[in-house]
Amino acid sequence: MRINAWIAAASALALGACATTGSADTAGGDDDKRFAAKTESDGPFPSTYRAYPGTPTALVGATVFDGAGNRIDNGTVLLRDGKIVATGGSDLSTAGYTVIDGTGKYVTPGIIDIHSHLGDYPTPSVDAHSDGNEATAPTTPDVWAEHSVWPQDPGFSRALANGGITALQILPGSANLMGGRSVTLKNVPSRTVQGMKFPGAPYGFKMACGENPKRVYGGRGRKPSTRMGNFAVNRQTWYDAIDYANNEKRKRDLGNETLMGVLEGDILVHNHCYRADEMALVMDMAKEVGYKVTAFHHAVEAYKIGDLLRENDVCSAIWADWYGFKMEAYDAIQENAAFLQREGACVVIHSDSENDIQRLNQEAAKAQAAGRRSGIEIDDATVIGWITLNAAKAMGIDAMTGSLQAGKMADVVLWNGDPLSTYSRPEKVWIDGALMYDAMDRKRRPVSDFELGQPGEGDVK
Amino acid sequence: MKRLLAITASIVALASAPAIAQDMTLTNATVVTGDGSDPVQGGMVVIDNGRVVYAGPMDASRAVGTSMDAGGAWVTPGIFATVTTLGLWDVGAVSQSNDTRAGDSPFSAALDVAPIVNPNSQHILVHRAAGITRAATVTMPSASIFGGQGAIIDLDSDGNAVMRPRAFQVVDLGEGGARLSGGSRASAHALFRNALREAGSYGDAATIPGQSSQARDLSTGDDVPVDPRLSGEEAERAGDTLLTRFDAAALVPVVRGEQKLYVMVERAADIRAVLALKNDFPRLDMVLVGASEGWLVANEIAAAGLPVIADALDDLPTGFDQLAATQSNIGRMKQAGVTVAINAATLEDPRRLPQVAGNLVALAKMPGAAGLSWGEAFASISSIPAAISGMGGRAGVLANGALGDLVVWDGDPLEAGSVPTRVFIGGVEQPLGNHQSRLRDRYRDLDESDLPKAYDW
Repeated sequence: MRINAWIAAASALALGACATTGSADTAGGDDDKRFAAKTESDGPFPSTYRAYPGTPTALVGATVFDGAGNRIDNGTVLLRDGKIVATGGSDLSTAGYTVIDGTGKYVTPGIIDIHSHLGDYPTPSVDAHSDGNEATAPTTPDVWAEHSVWPQDPGFSRALANGGITALQILPGSANLMGGRSVTLKNVPSRTVQGMKFPGAPYGFKMACGENPKRVYGGRGRKPSTRMGNFAVNRQTWYDAIDYANNEKRKRDLGNETLMGVLEGDILVHNHCYRADEMALVMDMAKEVGYKVTAFHHAVEAYKIGDLLRENDVCSAIWADWYGFKMEAYDAIQENAAFLQREGACVVIHSDSENDIQRLNQEAAKAQAAGRRSGIEIDDATVIGWITLNAAKAMGIDAMTGSLQAGKMADVVLWNGDPLSTYSRPEKVWIDGALMYDAMDRKRRPVSDFELGQPGEGDVK
Repeated sequence: MKRLLAITASIVALASAPAIAQDMTLTNATVVTGDGSDPVQGGMVVIDNGRVVYAGPMDASRAVGTSMDAGGAWVTPGIFATVTTLGLWDVGAVSQSNDTRAGDSPFSAALDVAPIVNPNSQHILVHRAAGITRAATVTMPSASIFGGQGAIIDLDSDGNAVMRPRAFQVVDLGEGGARLSGGSRASAHALFRNALREAGSYGDAATIPGQSSQARDLSTGDDVPVDPRLSGEEAERAGDTLLTRFDAAALVPVVRGEQKLYVMVERAADIRAVLALKNDFPRLDMVLVGASEGWLVANEIAAAGLPVIADALDDLPTGFDQLAATQSNIGRMKQAGVTVAINAATLEDPRRLPQVAGNLVALAKMPGAAGLSWGEAFASISSIPAAISGMGGRAGVLANGALGDLVVWDGDPLEAGSVPTRVFIGGVEQPLGNHQSRLRDRYRDLDESDLPKAYDW
């Protein structure tokens, strides 16, 4: 077998008629046998997700937060054929729909977690399951988180049933400056990760600032061992990626293909970064190199530079109250979200936790309350946007989900009370119009293969 | 600028103000007594000489001291957090600042946090502002299955955190203990039994000053004698020993049942094995910590009369020792008659205790799930952990004779967004400022038109 430079040429032709079947097709019609992997633009590992059947459903009488900042009392939400048909008041006709009375209850879009490691750090949390950090080199842009995701992680079901999570981004860990590609999933159980991949979602690219990369690699006596080393390695890697992208005779390189995707704006940068001064440096590095940071994740000091973040149009995906566990988290305050909102910067509340993903609504409520105590009143409907539409925007899926706008995917949660109260829980969760969780029906709850025949199988959890 | 001056002045005032318990009567409050009962609307709390003398419906004849109208606000006893590492660390990942684990120490059971609790730790300040007034704090098992001796602390600002040193010993007899003891639960049990044997034969020289199951209040300082077990000349011990002399001595009161033994354990089978220890060591005064699968053996735990400091919201099989973990664990154990407090150790931080308790209230409404009533949920973070910690009737409750630990809230305390507006510990109003509140004050705006932010303090 001959693996040769023709692969590059073949990749340039990929949008053409050839190379459309098989993973290592013979390409071209010449006598010479040539081999070519599918290319980026062919979309390898394509989503095989399909929506499950649903019933045309009208949710009536509930308080509706539409995810886009609007509140409708005594609202109506219509779902049919996997889509939101309409969201409005009590005057909407429900003819032809199965009506669910939501009086005293609340409806929100499906909750979206922009920062999860479910599947790539699944439970049981044993070493054999530790698949989230390819911590063997400070930059591993070549790895893809989807190749680590174990779809049988029981955590997906808890996020659905307790947290109303309908979509989530699975990121590589933060040991590396460049950790690899993320993948966005529908929170619908599947035998394969492809069966969970969110159709049409762009890829993300995980980067990390600060303590983690310099500790991991500095601890091994190699670069980077300092924050300046972090930047040096990043910048050189970007320069090399630019050379790669400009080289018409380039040889295929997985890592550089991802970096090129970032430079072209097709892959969204999600940058783990805690300190304000470091985020400011990263934004300048992005300008130097020619890419855009979509969101800083964790961003505990974002409140110190809300103005800069607004001007650069960068979201902050943050916790409500985590603090103190590492030096760069020492200045975390609960007002972070509210102070960002005050500056007009984009706020997303994230989990980074298989536990907190089950209560993103409560985390958002905490951040809202901290703002209120500081004299910053942020209405409930806007706060729900922190865990729905804003997350969707930063993941590049807001045209498809994240709000209850007509035509979007029918990803919907019916809560048994105010979702910003600790006393409320999801009662029903629809994904693409299919009822995937129902607290009132014990069988309408996913149980992973791992849990079968184990103590507590099918329990309420 | 006036605001800034006012803040500065108040901080100076607080720093220099003498800590004097104030006799007071709080009226028109939504009173939570912490004993598991429902809140009382329009209630009253009376603090006299640093102690609660009355909590209940309005009764003008009981009023003493300054009268304050709570305006309907929720008033509760201070939250009692257990198990914690409060006062033992500053930054988790900064090892120099972190005393929570001593994996390289030659000692284990002998470790004693009493001399090392830092009352100026930001975590004590932050958690005081979150309404936690007392806590159990301890080093975690690292060098051996034994973690060391935990203390009961208060979170007030008088610089004296330790109320009761050496209140309990910690041992891990679950998956963690198996790893620490050489790689198998069998080894953990053998090591445990050997340790108790060595302690049992240690002799009468080993008593803890001031310790019994009815220990009196102690404060650190000159009135606390040096632990005699940690002094003396007799260094020689018999050949067949694994424990250092100090470690063996430290376990003597455990064997005698004079010091509580907190047993970290998750799996149902491991819990049963712990319950069975009572057959061989009948005087052990044990408390289960963790107990994610406690609901599977709830009746047996109840029959054995062991209290549990249980993980509340763990619902994932994070290890093979907690495959049956569910958020209904506490509710089901409670239904079986087990005394259950919410464990702070597995939370992101202990200030989440009220939020977690609120989640258990929410569960009570869910089909197939088991939760707690509001009163029970609050008791599981106040009177119950206090009682397990040997402070029944004195902390975690608003009842005649209890310590004057009082928290006034800006909303329902079990809602995640609620925080205290005033905190009293031992009848003394506490400062609620800390690093976080100062950062908040500085960054209320990003205005640097006159001077850099560094001058805004």
